[in-house]
Amino acid sequence: MSAVTSTRRGNGRARKPLLYVVASLGLLVMATPFLWMALSAFKTKKDLTASPPVWIPSEWTLQNFRDLLDQLDMPQYFLNSVIVAVLVTVCNLLFCSMLGYALAKLNFSGRSKVFGVVLAALMVPANLMVLPLFVLINQMNLLDTYAGLVLPFAAGAFGVFLMRQFMQSIPDELLEAARMDGAGEWYIFWRIVLPLVKPALATLTIFTFLGSWNNFIWPLIATNDPHKYTLPVALATFANDPNRTVGGGNGMLMAGSLLVVLPVLVVFAVLQRHFTQGIATAGMK
Amino acid sequence: MSTTTPTRARSGAVKAPDSGKAGRRKKRSMGKQNLAGWLFSTPFLALFGVFMLFPIVATLVMSFTDFGQRNVRRPLEANFVGLENYTKLFGDDQFLRAMFNTAYFVVVGVPLTIGLGLLVAILLNNGIERARTFFRVGFYAPVVTTIVAVAIVWRFVLDPTDGLIAGLGDELGFTAPDFLGSETWAMPSLILMAVWRNLGTVMVLMIAGLQAIPTEVREAARLDGASAWQELRRITVPLLRPTLLYTTVITTIGYLNVFEEPFVMTQGGPNDSTLTVSLDMYKQGFSFFNMGYASAMAYVLFVVIMAITVLQLRLMKDNTK
Repeated sequence: MSAVTSTRRGNGRARKPLLYVVASLGLLVMATPFLWMALSAFKTKKDLTASPPVWIPSEWTLQNFRDLLDQLDMPQYFLNSVIVAVLVTVCNLLFCSMLGYALAKLNFSGRSKVFGVVLAALMVPANLMVLPLFVLINQMNLLDTYAGLVLPFAAGAFGVFLMRQFMQSIPDELLEAARMDGAGEWYIFWRIVLPLVKPALATLTIFTFLGSWNNFIWPLIATNDPHKYTLPVALATFANDPNRTVGGGNGMLMAGSLLVVLPVLVVFAVLQRHFTQGIATAGMK
Repeated sequence: MSTTTPTRARSGAVKAPDSGKAGRRKKRSMGKQNLAGWLFSTPFLALFGVFMLFPIVATLVMSFTDFGQRNVRRPLEANFVGLENYTKLFGDDQFLRAMFNTAYFVVVGVPLTIGLGLLVAILLNNGIERARTFFRVGFYAPVVTTIVAVAIVWRFVLDPTDGLIAGLGDELGFTAPDFLGSETWAMPSLILMAVWRNLGTVMVLMIAGLQAIPTEVREAARLDGASAWQELRRITVPLLRPTLLYTTVITTIGYLNVFEEPFVMTQGGPNDSTLTVSLDMYKQGFSFFNMGYASAMAYVLFVVIMAITVLQLRLMKDNTK
């Protein structure tokens, strides 16, 4: 150990406990809304409206979840969210990696122009498209259908960008050798390139699935029939419903929010490495 | 045919290395790659054309028409009204209020998000060695959660009677304001929630940027006796500038489009104090079906976003030179 590092360590040791306290306090602030939600979901009406508020339920109850299932068709909304998210994800994995491969590894005439389109598409806000998109989907008779919910999100520019970044690191010699052996581009893409970018595919899967799961404005616009609501739309509709019973309704909302957020948090906690990797890759051009 | 070329190549006339058999094969594979490149691009480009490019152009066209409810069924029957929607916008108090609110959200929200994100990143990258992943996951968790659900939760955290902060106030002896019901506090409350939610994205990008800074630079500064503050100001921030600008750009774009928070938490109220441009556009377009007018709003917002983004990207270029 050099002198430099040892002094640094000395300094560090003196500062460390304080830094851990600061970080833990920050983390506590970040976690508070989640804790509040999780605990409130199990509170009775009395605890929910108690003043001052109680943190720990004086009596744990599942009534909020029962009411929620009675009054809202949660399994249907859950199913809708899952179907839409799965379809969006599968489409993105295929289409984005295809274009990513073309942009990273195929020398074709319009390559730089197509890449320009992808970069431009990254910057266009969804707000700019929803009005005519609604008219278009309506004209195609796709309102209240899974196709109407999926198609506008079937190929995202972010996915293309991500796949291109990862595929660029594959050595050209490898693909050149396969071409010498007579392999076609589809074979090379499917059998050589895709298996090599599995971590990138995992990252894209998580991002697209969660993006679709959390998406709000488009399903809000593209569905009128409550049977086709996704979870966030159903939840927001219920939250803004003036007929919602006051005390019990709040507990149901907490229970509903917990049901929407919990799967996401679990998936994230398990796969968090891919998240940070994906964000960092997109950030470093 | 192919017998002469290799001989010539071997005989020393190798001025152009691409000639000969290998060259022709390469050329042929270039042609193949050309076709393959376009075939591989087709699905994306087709979807992009129908569901993105067309709507972008259509929004512009619609913004010059009186597109209304009946035109949802018969879009071609909308009448051309010239610049009427745009001129109306700049006399529309509600829209001007929405512009002001959105600017407020950006001007207060972006520096807070970037500043806190940077501080947390430095804290976790340079100060914390144990349980680093645990902390990172904790700070990033709000980013991935469903915004509608967390907005509902925040509504209750901020509730003036049963809410968490109100309860804290009761215990510590202060009276919490009716956050979402007050014209003064509603917007800061939404900003608070947005900062809470978006901090993690900035943090992750900053950590990636910090890790790209060579440790020698930092060590040299320490050897020269630089204080923590000097190190932050003179070394970390200048070397992080590309990351800082990138995160500023994406956060600004995100905040200019803010929609879910006011939609779920306040519906734009009280008294339009949290009405953002996106929410105004949604209301005009999908509640009142003034879709031509709403399209003009969408384009004004888009132009603002492009202008700010270009400005920020230009700053980034100047700084990397």
